[in-house]
Amino acid sequence: MNAPFQPDSISLDQLGLGKRAIVAAIDWHVLDAGESNRLRHFGFDEGVTVETLHLGPFGRDPLAVRVGRMTVAIRRKHAGAVRVVPTAK
Amino acid sequence: MNPPPLVAVAGSPNAGKSALFNALTGARQKVGNYPGVTVERKSGRLILGDGRPLELVDLPGAYSLDPASPDEAVTRDVLLGHQKGERQPDALVIVLDASNLDNHLRFALQLIELGLPTIIALNMVDLAKRDGLELDPKALENELGVPVVETVAVRRRGIPDLQAALDDMISAPRCGVHEPVKSDILHLQRRAREISAAAVIRETPVRLWTHRLDALLLHPIAGPAILAAIMFVMFQAVFAWSETPVAWIESGVVALGNLAAGIIPAGLLRSMVVDGAIAGVGAVITFLPQILILFFFILLLEGTGYMVRAAFLMDRVMHGVGLSGRAFIPLLSSFACAVPGIMATRTIDDPKDRLTTILVAPLMTCSARLPVYTLIIAAFIPNTRLSWGIGLQGLVMFGLYVTGITGALLAAFVLRRGVLKGGGGGFMMELPKYQWPAVKDVAIGLLTRIQIFLKRAGTIILGTTILLWALASFPQAQPGQSQVEVSIAGKIASGIEVVVKPIGFNHDIALALLPAMAAREVAVSAIATVYSIDSSNENAAATKLEDRLQGRWSLATALAFLAWFVFAPQCISTIAVTRRETNGWKWPLFMISYLFVLAYCAAGLTYWTAVALGL
Repeated sequence: MNAPFQPDSISLDQLGLGKRAIVAAIDWHVLDAGESNRLRHFGFDEGVTVETLHLGPFGRDPLAVRVGRMTVAIRRKHAGAVRVVPTAK
Repeated sequence: MNPPPLVAVAGSPNAGKSALFNALTGARQKVGNYPGVTVERKSGRLILGDGRPLELVDLPGAYSLDPASPDEAVTRDVLLGHQKGERQPDALVIVLDASNLDNHLRFALQLIELGLPTIIALNMVDLAKRDGLELDPKALENELGVPVVETVAVRRRGIPDLQAALDDMISAPRCGVHEPVKSDILHLQRRAREISAAAVIRETPVRLWTHRLDALLLHPIAGPAILAAIMFVMFQAVFAWSETPVAWIESGVVALGNLAAGIIPAGLLRSMVVDGAIAGVGAVITFLPQILILFFFILLLEGTGYMVRAAFLMDRVMHGVGLSGRAFIPLLSSFACAVPGIMATRTIDDPKDRLTTILVAPLMTCSARLPVYTLIIAAFIPNTRLSWGIGLQGLVMFGLYVTGITGALLAAFVLRRGVLKGGGGGFMMELPKYQWPAVKDVAIGLLTRIQIFLKRAGTIILGTTILLWALASFPQAQPGQSQVEVSIAGKIASGIEVVVKPIGFNHDIALALLPAMAAREVAVSAIATVYSIDSSNENAAATKLEDRLQGRWSLATALAFLAWFVFAPQCISTIAVTRRETNGWKWPLFMISYLFVLAYCAAGLTYWTAVALGL
């Protein structure tokens, strides 16, 4: 991890199903206090590896994302606040 | 006498905290509420080897000491000694999921900083091994500076070691509690990851069982299909599995009635005991097997970790009507009873999401309405088998549930666009690993439900039944008069009848509606009591209630009655819990009014349609 902003980063909701990525930055200010708290509790942090495991059956929402050893469900809207850099699997 | 030392059991959600608490305290638990707040307090006793008792309290699951929900606030306040109605704990057991250390250690680090005597229960080590993860508890102990005990709470493994560690800790001199150091959560998280990495002996990458199961259960097509199938099996089972035990209870009630009739001389007392108490309460107890089967399924779905998957699958649909997937669990629990369902809405962070969920929860068919449905269906719907072994009666029951669900979704949609507009509403949940719950944990859950149900049958239902018996028995009818028409109850019912006659309700139904407010299942015992008193036949109790109903109600009336109960304003306990959860009378009154209007319209439409079709 070098700079917090990476030009090749995409938002987590754009990461394809089954793809891995490293969290580059999180736009905390677009989330309210409760939402940011939960994301932090789930272990979302810069440098952490995440993987999109499943998508909801209706409208591909919410997303099931692996963070560390935990799998969490978040909505597409909140995943949009997480910038990630895809890694080769 | 000093009270026994208080040990708090704390941990993140899905760490297996409740199973560990059950393993330590056994079935004798006290369940109550913290005063002033609506968070459940569960406590129990543990007797140490030398006979000294400990009081254990199961704190609500929390991710950190910075609360994101009322539950988490209670956990923090108890630990800091700020919670009303709770002593400051003397010691702490922190439950960690062995395979999720890098996350759970963050909360543990915060808790250890408090300075209370602490033991770590490194739980679910079997699942961690299954996932190819081997940990070194000694390394963890060195890093954290507190004793670490490996446990598998659902299999009761490591519990004696944990008890021994508790014994040592309680015997040691105590020290005070510090205020929490306001550590930065990201800093704690990074420290947690370092410690977790240091404790790992070996990590073999394996395809996790949970991921394989999720590939199927969260599949975009198979997932919803399996969910629908599970729900369908659940409601068919409620009928099919309960037939035999229900028959036993029914014959037991008849035998008891005959026995009492033989002992007590004919007269008012016999009438009160046989026609009032035994016929009324007996009619309700008959439904215990069905309520238990339903709770069994709910406990199983919760214990296996499937319940959260159901929330995941349903989130988009719930979002469409302005709710979150989180509402799915409270709403599903409301199938058993709206009271625990409404209490479960505390896990919903957004206030408007939560209020909407509370307001529509009574539309989920609670188990207390099951007796009413069962009775009417058994009396009026033929027990024919359609193809694939599906019974028509079960199908009608399924339809009633679906109607309730549809009504709830529509109501939520309207509420979120009207009185409860605005608010984001989110859905952020952990998907825990799948596991088989211990038989004992499910049994403890069921036992608690039986106790609650029988307590209700013994108090509210018995009381209402006897009151109704008295209202229906006085003044006594002269020969040639109908007892039901002459009695006080008959007079009150005549007043209600004016209102409900247009929707096809007769005098007997009007009579049953008021006591049904005390508890829905009382509608059945009320009808049973009235027909039992009104019958000139001494052996009336032996005639089945279904047979008597068939002669008195038209099919249209029966269907309207069913439609009424899909929407009917809920029981007093639900109103009381709504008042408590919303802090005032505004929302419970709103709820009663809108449900009354819905019920009246639904029953009316059903009746008029049925009559028009010539039923």
